[in-house]
Amino acid sequence: MLTDINTHTFSVIVDNKSGVLARVVGMFSARGYNIESLTVAEVDEDRNLSRVTVMVTGTTMVIEQIKAQLERIVPVRKVVDLTNEGAFVNRELLLVKVKAKGERRVESLRVADIFRARVIDSSSQSFVFELTGSADKLDAFIKLMQPLGLVEVSRTGAVAILRGEKALLAK
Amino acid sequence: MKLSGSEIIIKTLADLNVEVIFGYPGGAVLPIYDAIFKQNRIRHVLVRHEQAAVHMAEGYARSTGKVGVILVTSGPGATNAVTGLTDALMDSIPLLCLTGQVPTHLIGTDAFQEADTIGITASCTKHNYLVKDINDLESTIAEGFYVARSGRPGPVVIDLPKDVQNAVSNYKEIKVKSMISYKPAKKAKISNVKQAVDILLKSKKPIIYSGGGVINSGVKASNILTKLVNYLNIPITQTLMGLGAVSAKNKKFLGMLGMHGTYEANMAMHDCDVMLCVGARFDDRITGNLKYFSPNSKKIHIDIDPSSINKNVKVDIPLIGDCYYVLDMLFKELKQNKSKLNSKSIDKWWNKINKWKKKDCLSFKDSKETIKPQKALKVLNDALKGKDAFITTEVGQHQMWAAQYLDFYKPNRWMTSGGLGTMGYGFPAAIGVQIAHPKKPVICVAGEASFLMNMQELSSLRQLNIPVKIFILNNEYMGMVRQWQEFFHGGRYAESYTDSLPDFISLANSFGIKGIRVTDPKELNKSIKEMLDHKGPVLMDVCVAKMENVFPMIPAGAAHNEMKLSDKDDKETQTAEGLALL
Ligand SMILES: Cc1ncc(C[n+]2csc(CCOP(=O)(O)OP(=O)(O)O)c2C)c(N)n1
Ligand SMILES: [Mg+2]
Repeated sequence: MLTDINTHTFSVIVDNKSGVLARVVGMFSARGYNIESLTVAEVDEDRNLSRVTVMVTGTTMVIEQIKAQLERIVPVRKVVDLTNEGAFVNRELLLVKVKAKGERRVESLRVADIFRARVIDSSSQSFVFELTGSADKLDAFIKLMQPLGLVEVSRTGAVAILRGEKALLAK
Repeated sequence: MKLSGSEIIIKTLADLNVEVIFGYPGGAVLPIYDAIFKQNRIRHVLVRHEQAAVHMAEGYARSTGKVGVILVTSGPGATNAVTGLTDALMDSIPLLCLTGQVPTHLIGTDAFQEADTIGITASCTKHNYLVKDINDLESTIAEGFYVARSGRPGPVVIDLPKDVQNAVSNYKEIKVKSMISYKPAKKAKISNVKQAVDILLKSKKPIIYSGGGVINSGVKASNILTKLVNYLNIPITQTLMGLGAVSAKNKKFLGMLGMHGTYEANMAMHDCDVMLCVGARFDDRITGNLKYFSPNSKKIHIDIDPSSINKNVKVDIPLIGDCYYVLDMLFKELKQNKSKLNSKSIDKWWNKINKWKKKDCLSFKDSKETIKPQKALKVLNDALKGKDAFITTEVGQHQMWAAQYLDFYKPNRWMTSGGLGTMGYGFPAAIGVQIAHPKKPVICVAGEASFLMNMQELSSLRQLNIPVKIFILNNEYMGMVRQWQEFFHGGRYAESYTDSLPDFISLANSFGIKGIRVTDPKELNKSIKEMLDHKGPVLMDVCVAKMENVFPMIPAGAAHNEMKLSDKDDKETQTAEGLALL
């Protein structure tokens, strides 16, 4: 239905120039669209391209509008609605600091193991865990770590890519 | 050849065939002014406020189809231009605005007259650029020029730090390299065109609703739209932005539609079974309450901007492309198609429309004592017949009356602030129009309150000594505000009386400009003739009835078939839902 609210993931290829990200983000706030997450980094040095991955929610009409509005931004080269395009994979990166002693410290390691999180820093009182995965998985991990002494979270938004051989831009 | 950055800027503009720059100097653009001083290929028009410079450039652009060019200093010069830029963005007007900027090494230090021009103008331009390297000047200006006028036109800002203006380099021949990221479509998908034609030819009650996109697409688009209307013998209504594309003389033209559109146009929009929207965008002043908007029609939408499709109204067939090219495709397909519109149904449709026309919705009660604003415009309209006049307006009741009572026979003759509704637009815009068309009559239909917003341009007008006529419908009220207060706020006229007005005749005279006042309806003809016959600029103060309202009116929140036709029409003007809308 046109009025159903869904989350869509867009990949947006933009010229890597100053001010472009501000224009992309500004469009969302000016038009009242909700950004769930947004990540950006340069992905092609030769062609001077950055890739923005943005997750948004809205009705079908709003999602279509967002795509059209993104395409209107002059330095935007390509916009792909991955959710409409086909199967894609997405990942977020999470860093979690847990401060605990004794049994809770051991338990946090056990949980991390189940989630295949890596320990990337440790002191006698703390661990920093690194975990990548879908937003759901990361949320679940955070929830389990909370009672075990979680003191700090840092995470990225999603990055995403289509499954299969198709590439967004021809090389 | 070694040139300074400033010389490169001016040479690039001249090589792009820019004839005139509207501007105002300041510290951060002094090198550019120096370069202007040393050449004679480009004319500079000095304004008295940067907002007016942008409106002048808009008037120039809208009456010619060319890009309007503006030059302002950093900081306050740039911020003063913001209203004009926003106006141009809303009405899709091609502008190139050059702003001075503090030297690159001072950017970000809160230097004197520094403003984040790129940040501030990001949301009121189609695109903007900061040039940090003199070697990028030619290509950036050429690209900005191209972006401004192609696709859906709009304003472009180029921010020019002072050290870049003063640097020295070789001039590089300009060529707009084809842009990878920005490629507006011209022609629509042929399969969609075929589908549109099928739908159109099966219709029994079709209507064409066209807008500013047709004007922007050029005279060719207006011509082919006229051909299409005549060929199909179907009704057409035009938006405030679209007036003049199809001549007011054309019998198929039902007048403007929307909040203050004609009864027949709005009723036909409500009742139609197929709507062909050409270069218009289903703005809320057009549709009224979306829930009740043309409930039983299939909608075909031609627009160059894909984001206009399905933005407010869900359409059945989108045709994305330039109005001229798409109309041309559509017309060819129509002629090739073996089926024809059912002429019986179309006759029946016209019978229905002619009944609506009989309401004579633009009739008004004239008076022998006071000049009715509608009457003043009718007399003006008659006096302008055959003169190929250009009209600009300010914003308010007078603007709506001008749209209703003046006839436009050609595109690019009518310049009004539609999207933003900017008071203060009309007078400077008229100066820009007159610069582009020195021999043609140019009249700004103004309200007294709007005129006060940019009246400092009387000084520019005097300096230019060009024959712009300012036709003030002086009701001593911010009439449109007063009308809404009467309808929606119990007649409490909070702050809408334009108190302490100047004596407009003395005001004009103090600038060395002729002033005419008329208060007696019997003098109207004579005074208007006197104004038009005068070779120089004239400020005319038409003292009109103070409490007149604009009709017909679709009350906010209502549907097209719920128009209020006069003060006597006791239709509810205030719905709870409407109050929350604008
Ligand atoms: C810059 C700006 N400020 C405020 C408004 C709101 N506004 C719309 S019409 C109007 C009154 C205009 O009065 P006047 O120019 O005398 O025209 P009238 O309606 O009396 O014909 C006002 C204040 C506006 N459109 N633009
Ligand atoms: Mg007034």
